[in-house]
This record gives sequence, structure tokens and C-alpha cells, in this order.
Amino acid sequence: MDNIVSLKNIVVEFEDGEQILKNISLDIKDKEFVTFLGPSGCGKTTTLRIIAGFLEPTSGDVMFEGKRINDLPPHKRNVNTVFQRYALFPHLNVYENIAFGLRVKNVPEKEILKRVGEMLELVNLKGFEKRSVNRLSGGQQQRVAIARALVNHPKVLLLDEPLGALDLKLRKEMQTELRKIQQALELTFVYVTHDQEEALTMSDTVVVMNNGVIQQVGSPTDIYNEPVNAFVADFIGESNIINGCMPQDCVVEFTGKRFECVDKGFAPNETVDVVIRPEDVKVIPAEKAKLTGIVESVVFKGVHYEMVVDGVDHKWMIHSTKAEPVGAMIGMDFDPFDIHIMKKSEEG
Amino acid sequence: MKQLKIFSVPYLVWMLVFILVPLIMVAYFAFRTADGQWTIQNISDVGQYANIFVRSIWLALLATVICLVVAYPLAYALSRMEKHKQSTMLLIVMLPMWMNFLLRTYAWMTLLGNNGIINNLLGMIGLGPYKLINTSGAVVLGMVYNYLPFMILPLYSVMEKIDKSVIEAASDLGCNSRRVITRVVVPLSLPGITSGITMVFVPAISTFIISRMLGGGSNLLIGDLIEMQFLGNSYNPHLGAAISLVLMVIILLIMTVMNQFSPDDQVLI
Ligand SMILES: Nc1ncnc2c1ncn2[C@@H]1O[C@H](COP(=O)(O)OP(=O)(O)O)[C@@H](O)[C@H]1O
Ligand SMILES: [Mg+2]
Repeated sequence: MDNIVSLKNIVVEFEDGEQILKNISLDIKDKEFVTFLGPSGCGKTTTLRIIAGFLEPTSGDVMFEGKRINDLPPHKRNVNTVFQRYALFPHLNVYENIAFGLRVKNVPEKEILKRVGEMLELVNLKGFEKRSVNRLSGGQQQRVAIARALVNHPKVLLLDEPLGALDLKLRKEMQTELRKIQQALELTFVYVTHDQEEALTMSDTVVVMNNGVIQQVGSPTDIYNEPVNAFVADFIGESNIINGCMPQDCVVEFTGKRFECVDKGFAPNETVDVVIRPEDVKVIPAEKAKLTGIVESVVFKGVHYEMVVDGVDHKWMIHSTKAEPVGAMIGMDFDPFDIHIMKKSEEG
Repeated sequence: MKQLKIFSVPYLVWMLVFILVPLIMVAYFAFRTADGQWTIQNISDVGQYANIFVRSIWLALLATVICLVVAYPLAYALSRMEKHKQSTMLLIVMLPMWMNFLLRTYAWMTLLGNNGIINNLLGMIGLGPYKLINTSGAVVLGMVYNYLPFMILPLYSVMEKIDKSVIEAASDLGCNSRRVITRVVVPLSLPGITSGITMVFVPAISTFIISRMLGGGSNLLIGDLIEMQFLGNSYNPHLGAAISLVLMVIILLIMTVMNQFSPDDQVLI
């Protein structure tokens, strides 16, 4: 598979001199579903705008199929965008909104009719042709926005939090729908979201961003199981993050106790972040455990119980299918491969 | 509901006293002779001033078109600026309006005069003098200068509401900057265009000061004609009322045609 879009050392600075993107480099493969994931304000939209051509980077190169396109205006790029708040044309009806890009390119009327018809079918809006877009629900507007972009057969579709305004049930449906469309049409999707679950369920590749810096690029499984730093671990689901140090390879010490782990290559006694997922904490009888704590609260979450356990130096978050009584003393243990060791990130 | 009705009373009284009553009086005078008979003579007498009507409509149309052509790109540029710059720029555009209308027009008299500043400057490089003042061109210039802000404001206020991402969507879908304007900005600013045209055309067609000061005697407009019937030496309020009535009908007709182009609901198709 070839790279279709490449970002090389992209820096974006706005007038006040603040750096919004700090040296972003990324290769996006053809026919891939890539998701930018990060908290609000981390620069996801800015990155999409760079690819679409609405914003020129302060420095760095944007490549499309191996050619530098920094100076190519948006209307000449083989890329279409689904905007964060849809940005439909209020003076046009559903049909004309979808036909817009084809009309601009002087596609014959007969073909417009055919292609818009296909799109209406794809996004399930047959019969809405004559409807004003102002009289559509959020979900319908969103589907018009997707159809309006897809009808142009772009090589890359950019989607900026397209499901953000929808309620949970509709959002889940549309997630599956979008993934199906992407696979059926064999397109490259560059998707932006701040919802980690959405990113993990839909994508081939997840790009985790924070403060204008790419933190990690990887498959959803990699990102979840092998977060490279405490930020990623924390952002991708809840985690216990504890200060620790590495006395030697495959041994980590935290809360005053030593545990076996699988990480090596740290300097002797290097201080590290220890990350343990709530579902990876095993509850064992207190008398058999190195580590004990008092159960502070128990909340039923549908599939599991979420317990907060007060250890000596750390309040542990534990997910378990079995509830322990509040106030009880319990023991905790971990499998070596469930203990993730991370270098301290500079931002602390 | 009761409350609302009470609050609308002053407005209704205002409408009655200052709009409806004068309108009826104009119509009444137009159909009466000086000695109190009903007549249509006044109306048919208006026909002899057809050339003045034609000139007024023509000059007002010209001024309106020039205003539109000048104001449209200006308002668009203004509406796309950053918010804090917009208010400053708007202030600068509106600044001439803070000066008295007569003063502004007097200023143009001294600029355009045969010994005025413009001819003096041209003379320095060996050109002219040109006859600038007392031409229909000077009248149109005066109209454009005085009424331009009335075109900019409604255009700006409509354009300012056009979401930036809608403009970006258009270029994303293949529009170059010219097509963004014709396919998205113009249709979305139609209400501003029609109200701008109305706000320039109506005062321009009925002005009498501008034509008096900048047009000399040879560029008489309807406004001058009406004024002469009431205050001038050809005193004849009945004819003046008839001319006013005909002018009103003409404006009404033109506005009706205009409104055909204005979508009452944003959907055109
Ligand atoms: N035109 C601009 N001028 C100055 N700052 C901007 C501009 N656009 C965005 N920003 C800033 O850039 C940062 C990143 O914005 P954005 O890319 O929209 O974040 P995200 O989409 O990840 O929420 C934000 O802090 C935002 O305030
Ligand atoms: Mg955003």
C-alpha cells in the first residue's frame, strides 16, 4: 500500500506566535481509515484544514500521492470535507446540495441525476430530494453532508467530528454505517474525534494528539494495549497511573513494593510512570497480597462493578465482575504483562 | 396578548397621523382643482414632464447600480475580516455619514467647480479645465457618495451572517473564488441586495438638493419639480401632489418587480 497523504514537519503558528501544531509528521496509506484522536483544542481540526488546503502551514510540506501540494488551492485538491457543523448550503434543497460539486465541474445532467440518486440511496435519504436542508434533523443533515462530499468520488474524505451532534444511539448506527461506506467504496478516510471509543471501534490507525504534538500512531489494539506514555494511557480509557522506578530490567517498584514486569531497557533506578488498566487489577484475599487497600465505593456499571480502593499511596480504580463490600480490606495483584512501564512524559 | 396590544397603540397612532393621513391628503389634493372640483386634469398634466421622470429614473438607476458594484466587494471583504477589525472598518466606512448632508454636498461643489480643486490639480499637469460641475455625471456622483453607506450596511449585515464554513465548503467542492461568489455568496446575500437597492434607489429618485447643487439648472429631477410646485414660483400644490402620487406608484411598481427576485424562503428551486 502506498502513502496517499504525507505530512512532513508541519508547523502552524497563528498571529500571536502561538504554535498550534508543533512539527507534525505522518503518513496516511491509501484506503486506510485514520482517526485523529485528542482532547478539544489539541489541533485536530487545524490538521484537517492543512490537508484540505484551507490553511497553509507556517512551515513543512503537505504531500498528495508523492507530490507537494502546499500551494494547491482547496478547489483543485482531490479531497472533500465533511465539516464539523455540516456547512450545508441553506439556499439549496437536498438534491442540489448533493449535486453542487458535480454542477461546478459541469457534469452532464443525466449523470448528475444518476450519481445523486446513488448517494441518496447510500445515505438512506431517498424521497428527501426536494426538502429544504433547513428542515432536516441533525442526523439527516449529517448524511446530506456525507453524500455531498462522497458524490465527487474524492480519493480522500476528511471528516471533522461528523457525529458530534448526534445522540448516542444514532451515533453508534452512523459509526457502523460510515465504516461500511469506507470499505465498500475503498476510500481513504481521515476522521477526527475526541471520543476514544469511537476512534478505537472504527479505525485502522489511530493518531493520538495532544497540544499540537502527535503522541502515538498505531492500530487500536496497539494504542490500547501498549500506550507509549501516561497521556495516551489516560486518554484511552481510564487507567491507574502510579509513580514508580525500575531497579533493574523486568522489575518495577511502586508504592514501596516490587513487582515482576516485562519491560526492559531503562536506566537503573530510572523513575517511570506505571500504568495499569482497571480491568487488569486482580482482587485476591488480603492475607496473600503484597498490596492491600480498603474498598471505598462500589458502583454497578452494567457489565462490571467499578470500585475505588484506597491503598497506601494511591487510590486504585478496579473493574471487576464481582463486588466487594464497602469498607472491606482486599488484596491486589497483577500479571507481569499487565503492568505497563512508561518513560515520564516531559509535560509531567 | 392584551399587554402587547397596549404597547402597539402609540405606533398605530403614529402610523395614522404621520403616514396614513398625509397619504390621503396627497391623494385628495391630486384629484382636486384649485376651486374645489374633482378632476383628473392634474394627473394627466404630469405627462408633460415625462422627460424629467425618465431622467430621474435613469440617473437614480445609474447611481444604484454604481453603488451596488462598489459596495458589494467592499461589504464582502468587510464581512470576511476578523471580528475586531470589522467594527473598526465599518466605522471608517460610516464616517462620512456623521457629516451634515448639505456640507458634504457643498464640499463636492468646491471640488468639482470650474475653478475647483480637481480642475486646478489637472491644470498643473496641463489638462483641462473640464466641465465637471452642473453635469448629470456630477449628480450621479453626489447620489453615489451620499447613499453608498445605505447599500453597504444591508449587504454587510446579511453577508456577515454567512458561515465561514459554507464558503469553505464551496471551495472544497471545486469552486474557485469567482464561483464561490456567484454560486453561494450572491444567492445567500439576495435579501441584502434587494434592501440595499431599495434604500439607495428611493431617496435617489426623489432627491432635489443633490441635483440643485451639483446639476445646475439643466438637470432638473422629479424632486426639484415637486419642490417647485410647493415652494417655487410655479406654485401649484395640486400638480405637485399629482406628481408625488405618480412617483409613488412608479416606485411601488419597481419595488414589486424587485421583490420577485428576493426569496421569501431561502429555497430557490
Ligand atoms: N484562526 C485562529 N487563530 C488563532 N488560534 C486559532 C485559530 N484557529 C484555531 N486556533 C487555536 O488552535 C487550537 C487548535 O484548534 P483546533 O485545531 O480547532 O482544535 P481541535 O479541532 O482539536 O479541537 C485551539 O487552541 C484554537 O484556539
Ligand atoms: Mg475541532
